[in-house]
Amino acid sequence: MEILELIGAITTLTGSLILLVASIGLLRMPDVYNRLQVGTKATTLGTILSLLGIILIMPGWWGKLVLLIFFVMMTSPVSSHVLARASYFIKIPFTDKTVVDKLKVSAKARKVEYEKK
Amino acid sequence: MKNFIITFLILMVVWVLLNNTFQPDILLVGAVIAVFLSLFMCKRCELFQDMNFTPKGIFYTIWFLGVFMVELIKSNLDVTKRVLNPALPIKPGIVEVKTKLKSKFARMLLANSITLTPGTLTVDVVDDSFFIHWIDVKDEDIKSASKEIVEKFEKYLEVIYG
Repeated sequence: MEILELIGAITTLTGSLILLVASIGLLRMPDVYNRLQVGTKATTLGTILSLLGIILIMPGWWGKLVLLIFFVMMTSPVSSHVLARASYFIKIPFTDKTVVDKLKVSAKARKVEYEKK
Repeated sequence: MKNFIITFLILMVVWVLLNNTFQPDILLVGAVIAVFLSLFMCKRCELFQDMNFTPKGIFYTIWFLGVFMVELIKSNLDVTKRVLNPALPIKPGIVEVKTKLKSKFARMLLANSITLTPGTLTVDVVDDSFFIHWIDVKDEDIKSASKEIVEKFEKYLEVIYG
């Protein structure tokens, strides 16, 4: 029992360290798209690890926590995709380091943009 | 019918997990509500229509989840390395990739998986092209980018969704 609690505490700690890296990344990255990249990936694994640690500490709550993990895994990529798409179409500028933008030169994508207006 | 059964099963599993019990009266209430909800919501939906429920399909679903978790951990190590490096080694750009998947649900899963794997974020989906923001562009060509980003998930999803 105590060993389980210890493993749970370590897992939760790892999760919060990953969340810390995510917040440092939010400060350091130059534009909104790169920030979304860091935000999505690191927060997903950070949240999952924290919840897994709580499952190990409090085994009675596993059902709800598993549901939470599932929802985080399904919703966080969708929301960041929608945010990225919206910021692209209201023309938030890229950083200077950007090397290629295939969406701009693609005729297909432009057609879709016009149809919406 | 298939859609109805799957929706019912998902609702039932969520109900049981939320209640964390197998008492008959609670199960009965959940079953009644789940039947009504799935009848009500699932008249026309064809979300799960092209799913293959053969043993091979189920095996590949589990294998896909495993691959996905490994990629998620790899992508976090990658992000950590980039964020903590003082030089901030990024080379971002938007590339186009093509997918062979036909089913809408499979494409949704593919887009989600791409977003959660190393350095890639789905920005837009037009028909069979995905436009992907790549934090470290290795190749601008459609074919080689598709090979790099899409292929590792596509081969599993192809078996699961036909």
